[in-house]
Amino acid sequence: MSIQKFSTIISTAVPLKVQNIDTDQIIPARFLTSVERKGFGENLFRDWRFDSQDNKIASFPLNDPRYSGSILVTGDHFGCGSSREHAAWALYDYGFRVVVSSSFADIFRNNALNVGLLPVKVSETFLARIFTAIYENSGMAQFRVDLESQTFTILGNGDTEYFNVDSYKKRCLLMGYDDVDYLLSIGNQIEDFEKENE
Amino acid sequence: MKAMTLLDKIWDRHVVRTEDGGRCVLFIDRHYIHEVTSPVAFANLDKRGIPVARPLRTTATADHNVPTTGQELPLDDPKARTQIETLANNCRKHGINYFGMQHPNQGIVHIIGPEQGFTQPGMTIVCGDSHTSTHGAFGAIAFGVGTSEVEMVLASQCLIQEKPKSMRITINGLLNKGVGAKDLILYIISRISTSGGTGHFIEFAGEAVRSLSMDGRMTLCNMAIECGARGGMIAPDETTFEYLRHTANAPADFSYAVEKWRLLKSDPDAVFDREYVFEATDVPVMITYGTNPGMAININGTVPANAPADALAYMGFRSGETLLGKAIDYVFIGSCTNGRIEDFRLLARLVRGRKKAENVTVWLVPGSKKVEALIRQEGLDQILDAAGFSLRQPGCSACLAMNRDKIPQGCYCMSTSNRNFEGRQGPGAKTILAGVPAAAAAALTGKITDPRILFNTIY
Ligand code: SF4
Repeated sequence: MSIQKFSTIISTAVPLKVQNIDTDQIIPARFLTSVERKGFGENLFRDWRFDSQDNKIASFPLNDPRYSGSILVTGDHFGCGSSREHAAWALYDYGFRVVVSSSFADIFRNNALNVGLLPVKVSETFLARIFTAIYENSGMAQFRVDLESQTFTILGNGDTEYFNVDSYKKRCLLMGYDDVDYLLSIGNQIEDFEKENE
Repeated sequence: MKAMTLLDKIWDRHVVRTEDGGRCVLFIDRHYIHEVTSPVAFANLDKRGIPVARPLRTTATADHNVPTTGQELPLDDPKARTQIETLANNCRKHGINYFGMQHPNQGIVHIIGPEQGFTQPGMTIVCGDSHTSTHGAFGAIAFGVGTSEVEMVLASQCLIQEKPKSMRITINGLLNKGVGAKDLILYIISRISTSGGTGHFIEFAGEAVRSLSMDGRMTLCNMAIECGARGGMIAPDETTFEYLRHTANAPADFSYAVEKWRLLKSDPDAVFDREYVFEATDVPVMITYGTNPGMAININGTVPANAPADALAYMGFRSGETLLGKAIDYVFIGSCTNGRIEDFRLLARLVRGRKKAENVTVWLVPGSKKVEALIRQEGLDQILDAAGFSLRQPGCSACLAMNRDKIPQGCYCMSTSNRNFEGRQGPGAKTILAGVPAAAAAALTGKITDPRILFNTIY
């Protein structure tokens, strides 16, 4: 299963200014009972988006009509906790293609890259400027994420920051390849390695 | 030759090739799977029309959503049933060793692997579960992965990974009386924060670590992930070898294996990317007050002035107050952090001849069928029974509340598990993480109680 090719994205962004968002908040464990990868977007941030009677909580940014777009901007240390790839699936399924934060938990970052969701790590000062741009323009501010040049730009004022991506993963995203295709192609080398190390 | 860390020694031996940019194709020796994070990986293999590359290197069990009563009956939750049947079918089809609910080896994936000796020093080990870090207690590189990565390992027995940075945490001296591995790891997380280990593998070292049993070492490495680390590890020693000698899958030529395992330690002059040193005597009995494992304090301390307001609002606590004496509704003893036989032996020793408080519901969930069998063999169940506790059947249970074992909305639960995130133990549940003695003390008194005072004569 190859992934969707990632090209340049220009979009508004949804601000979720909370630190240490863990995977139990992104997708609670009780929604992990499926054997298929579909429909997880419905339950993204379930217990923050809906109350116990399933009514939308109006103050939550995903329910706020001012905010939309394929970029989610969050507080520091996003995606800590469990290894559930369902967290990345839920964000992707909901329509996000980019998550921006000043740091990501390791497993989440890997999972995101593996499903075609780009984690963009920016400095704390730049993150603050992104939030300001969103709030000051009531959600209308546009941003550009360019994977090729590894830059994130606040279009209103041209403020740009460079972000890191592993070059192998960058190639995978740009081409829509996944690791399994690649690993299968080096099958002989893996076998040789195993024999030598027995 | 350049001095190497334990991480370097194991990692370098498993690199099949290095890609430009530095990612390594890493060979994986042992792969554990369970019902929740594997079905999509198998479905994708089927879509690609490829088999499992090395079925004998994978071990499967059902743990996350199994009920903890009536395991011998057909499952009444249709979704859990589908997940478990899917796993059983996938294992049958691909020739993978599967320990289902009726099997005497079933249990929480991180408990059964070590217990049966599948986990050994020097290995690379992965599982679609973050607490795979547990296995690092044996001197292995063990880390949690996502479902795409489960698929990669099934397809090729390899993963493409960045080499993590190295960190050493040394704990000098011996822990105080009544303070255990769980207190130690909560203390460490509270000191270095829940993101302090991000990007790193932590090697735990020092006299306090060396003196821990294997069960204690597993508790320590289990929660390395809670400070953001990819994994934790401890160099193998006599304690490790002694434990493995008696396991079902111990190498046939055991003394030869031990000879090789003895080399698995960081060179004396190895340089770590980061180092921390703590004094064991500074570690008190710890509990959490907030909504991540880093929000932990001395059980006799007060909630910090700078505690995050949203966490306090969720938990119903105030800065500056003591938690001693707060009423507890539930006590959960189990999980891959504290569901091993030693935990139940300690529990039985502490509660022998005493009675559970009436206001508390206590769930004791052994980590595996083997742990459950030992509890009965050793007669611990009778002691626990007499104290008013009841033993359930093995599984993850209220650690993540995927099955029916959910803490009701608004209730306080003192739990020996590893995560106190909002809603982790059920929507609106308020979790206080602790070690077995503090949980036992809460179960007997119905409130947060310093176990060193309550159990003074026993310690
Ligand atoms: S016991 Fe809890 S932490 Fe451990 S594997 Fe199960 S759900 Fe995960």
